[in-house]
Amino acid sequence: MSIFEYNGSAVVAMVGKNCFAIASDRRLGVQLQTIATDFKRISKIHDRVFIGLSGLATDVQTLYQRLVFRHKLYQLREERDMKPETFASLVSAILYEKRFGPYLCQPVIAGLGEDDKPFICTMDSIGAKELAKDFVVSGTASESLYGACEAMYKPDMEAEELFETISQALLSSVDRDCLSGWGGHVYVVTPTEIKERILKGRMD
Amino acid sequence: MGDSQYSFSLTTFSPSGKLVQIEHALTAVGSGQTSLGIKASNGVVIATEKKLPSILVDEASVQKIQHLTPNIGVVYSGMGPDFRVLVRKSRKQAEQYNRLYKEPIPVTQLVRETATVMQEFTQSGGVRPFGVSLLVAGYDDKGPQLYQVDPSGSYFSWKASAMGKNVSNAKTFLEKRYTEDMELDDAIHTAILTLKEGFEGEISSKNIEIGKIGADKIFRVLTPAEIDDYLAEVE
Repeated sequence: MSIFEYNGSAVVAMVGKNCFAIASDRRLGVQLQTIATDFKRISKIHDRVFIGLSGLATDVQTLYQRLVFRHKLYQLREERDMKPETFASLVSAILYEKRFGPYLCQPVIAGLGEDDKPFICTMDSIGAKELAKDFVVSGTASESLYGACEAMYKPDMEAEELFETISQALLSSVDRDCLSGWGGHVYVVTPTEIKERILKGRMD
Repeated sequence: MGDSQYSFSLTTFSPSGKLVQIEHALTAVGSGQTSLGIKASNGVVIATEKKLPSILVDEASVQKIQHLTPNIGVVYSGMGPDFRVLVRKSRKQAEQYNRLYKEPIPVTQLVRETATVMQEFTQSGGVRPFGVSLLVAGYDDKGPQLYQVDPSGSYFSWKASAMGKNVSNAKTFLEKRYTEDMELDDAIHTAILTLKEGFEGEISSKNIEIGKIGADKIFRVLTPAEIDDYLAEVE
């Protein structure tokens, strides 16, 4: 079994009209055993940038702490928040620093850039950035997520419709993956508010 | 290093609380050729005298105003070779920032990092402070900016400033002439007039250098032909 599949995870982000949504599952497992059903995979860097990390849970937590550290220093030095594109470049650089002993995570970055334009991207565990205009996925359920998103996504959805779409895509995909699931955690971010919701799905 | 009697920092405090080497460095700056900078409402101009030691020197090969990034330029007063070293280090820092964040470095950040380098040379063993003061001109998201960095590592943002031999006359002249809503071309004229104030001999496009940056965010050193045009307008 691959080390990326040790804990199980599913993360997805989608672009809407001047808003974005980022969602993850909540299971933390040790191979076939479920250890926790409230594991946080998505974290806020600042009000307009979120990062979701799939993969090995210990690296998810450590990498998040390192990134928050770097962003706090940036905020103090430059007296401004990082743009999502800048943050993505930083994550890519930090991952590549460990090219020959990598963090075993795949990040999904979502944010609102200049003029409230939504930005999403994903990268592999050594920092190869992949920008997208519609949706990005990562984790053990990624293949199902690709299919579900492709079928359900349409451009320029408003916040409420985007929430419905991303939730349906996430829940149906994790149902096909034994290592992820046990509910969902969805953030829908518009220029004016951040809405956090917990989903109840099949609890298995 | 190690046993030598002189392997301690040259910048140890004097009883009066001063760092004598930094004072001497400022003297070196003060006897260098005059340079100045003016921040306009839509850009920044920096200028310097370019007095060469002999008429045999190929003046086209001498470039006192340098780019640090496409949108930040710098000029100095003091020791030329020290300036070259600082330009090299600053360019590297700017490019490292760009490589990390894929974003051009903000002017304030570059100035701060250059100033940090200069400060390090006032607190290390076996080195001396840099004998230059820099005037950094840039245009980024925060608009036009002009900073002066001293050998001690302190930096200030200026609306208009001068350094070098003629500093007090030049600053008095600038204080009188500076207005908040000056445009870039007016600023260039004022810069030329300020240089003219203390100039020994005839001012021409061969013995001054002018660099400017406007809202296009591209720093350019003016060609001698362009300087001649501005000189004609000033007459």
